[in-house]
Amino acid sequence: MEFIYYFGDVFTPLSFMLLLGGTIGGLILGATPGLSPTMAVALLIPFTFQLEAAQGLILLGAAYTSTVAGGAVSAILLKIPGAPANIATTLDGHTMAKKGEGARALQLSFLASAVGGIFGVLLLIFLTPVLAQWALAFGPSHLFWLAILGVTVIGTLDSASVVKGLLSGCIGLWLATIGFDDIMGAQRFIFHPALGGGINIIAALIGLFAIPQVLTMFAKGRQTDGAEVIEVQRHSILAAFRELFSRTRALSIGTLTGSIIGLIPGVGGQIAGLVAYDQTKKFSSEKEKFGTGHSEGVIAAESANNAMVGPSLVPLLTLSIPGSPTAAVLLGGLLIHGIFPGSDLFDNHPDVAWTFINSMLIGQVLMCIFGLYVAGLAARVAQVPQSVMAAIVLALSVFGAYSVQGSMGDVYVMACLGIGMFFLERFGFSAAPLVLGLILGPIAEANFIQGGMIADATVGKALYFLTGGLNLLLIAVVLASIAYSVWMELRHRRYTTKEEAQA
Amino acid sequence: MNRSQHIFGSGLVFAVGLWVTWVSYTQQPAEAFLFPRLIASVFVVLAGWTFGKAVMGLSKVGTGVTRKMFLNMLPGLIITLIYVFWVAKSLGFYTATTIAFFILLSIYDPAPHSEAKSWIKRVIITAVFVAVMYGLFAMLLNVYTPKEILF
Repeated sequence: MEFIYYFGDVFTPLSFMLLLGGTIGGLILGATPGLSPTMAVALLIPFTFQLEAAQGLILLGAAYTSTVAGGAVSAILLKIPGAPANIATTLDGHTMAKKGEGARALQLSFLASAVGGIFGVLLLIFLTPVLAQWALAFGPSHLFWLAILGVTVIGTLDSASVVKGLLSGCIGLWLATIGFDDIMGAQRFIFHPALGGGINIIAALIGLFAIPQVLTMFAKGRQTDGAEVIEVQRHSILAAFRELFSRTRALSIGTLTGSIIGLIPGVGGQIAGLVAYDQTKKFSSEKEKFGTGHSEGVIAAESANNAMVGPSLVPLLTLSIPGSPTAAVLLGGLLIHGIFPGSDLFDNHPDVAWTFINSMLIGQVLMCIFGLYVAGLAARVAQVPQSVMAAIVLALSVFGAYSVQGSMGDVYVMACLGIGMFFLERFGFSAAPLVLGLILGPIAEANFIQGGMIADATVGKALYFLTGGLNLLLIAVVLASIAYSVWMELRHRRYTTKEEAQA
Repeated sequence: MNRSQHIFGSGLVFAVGLWVTWVSYTQQPAEAFLFPRLIASVFVVLAGWTFGKAVMGLSKVGTGVTRKMFLNMLPGLIITLIYVFWVAKSLGFYTATTIAFFILLSIYDPAPHSEAKSWIKRVIITAVFVAVMYGLFAMLLNVYTPKEILF
């Protein structure tokens, strides 16, 4: 119950202002199609440099939570999911809006998001310290395999092709080795002076997530989305409350599904929303109403995609393994303040850890309150022409990358990685495993070298890395995730592209 | 996505994989390249597999870049490259951003070019955006960006 002691820190004037700003800004950004939660959080990182670690994380956490919920606004009012996590919301939410029940759909969506989100954060609060203590038993070989596990799981589950997903992870791991070697001081793969200090993770994150979106917007040419915002009529919030709690089956299926899926590294909100929608439909007595503007569809999808936010941070805060691309960006936010996740975070920086987690809890409530009022404005912002959005994101990326270290080299790296990633994505590669490789590469290498030294002095490398219960368990999970994904690919049950999944 | 695009994309990745492997196994001190060797070995095998599939016409994943898409994107890409690699440093960040932002808006804004109203709107949007960026980065975050012309 240590977290209770740090609740007060969320309510200091600056922290609360950041929480409020992050929540409202996140709702608006989330509603904007093309601006994913990961990209929004990556673009916000430069704004946290001058803040204390806890305050910076409050801003990033609030943006993460509310961009996922904000995506429901454009899903309901424009039939364009703000983020992949809101795809399932479109199915019934937009139909409700077309029937003149837009306000009801929005209210149910934000209330369900808040319930799911609070449950997810509570899971984070109670699971994290236990797992962080358990993580103390991990030696270098286990941490090495964990890092490899992080890359392979996301590489296999988040990509349309298993081989291309793993290859993306390898590219990320290789990029992480560029620069001077920590132990020998040798130069590695430095083919341009800008790479002398290695690839700056924040500049890389901005480039990998923002620039492909900018180019995608350019590729659409001079066109409007043609989407019209559906006007919403007034609806009693009390009635929405009553309806939400009368649909307990949809709410609990959504919340539990989202929480469980959130704990699995690599499986994002998109899957959580779709699985929860599908399961709720399966167990509903009104199956035929799904897709025709049924409130259970909205409740299940939205409670699920927000319930996964908290649990998706459990592997990050306990084992330093980001479970999702957004968690990887948050890890970048932690590292720039010199804080490493794991037991060190809870033992040496409990104020940072708990203030951040508590702020996510309060953020869920704020998101629910403000979501209902900001929805109209957010939907208008979502109509901003893509030309304006692309130019804004491009300029923010350049300024953001430069402000990391005041170096033009970072801006060049950001642009090169971003443009390269755009083309790689068109060829079927995925950004998420590449980012995970880039972030987990140094962790994997440090533990590989350290483990190698221990092994040379004891049992030898092969026995050290390939035997022992925990090593074998981790290797088995790595192999199982690859085998499962190959099996799914062979059965043609995977989508060919992300666009197809979203269509 | 056609076969030649698959071959081009995977061929490029394979070439990088071969280069990484060659560097990892030939550069000294060997201890510094232990981990890169491990990565490079897996990298080159997977890249070779992907390239082989592309050559045999078995690659399915990926939407590729259509001619229309590429032509739409080209002006924006060129401006981005000029902005990032040349103008941002030589003209100063804010001047370069003003110019790049306005040109991008002019190219991609769906509003008609023949109306004076559209141009006024673009000028106002550009001015407001650059003012906000200046306020955020120069005044709030104290980021010292290269300043060459004007500000």
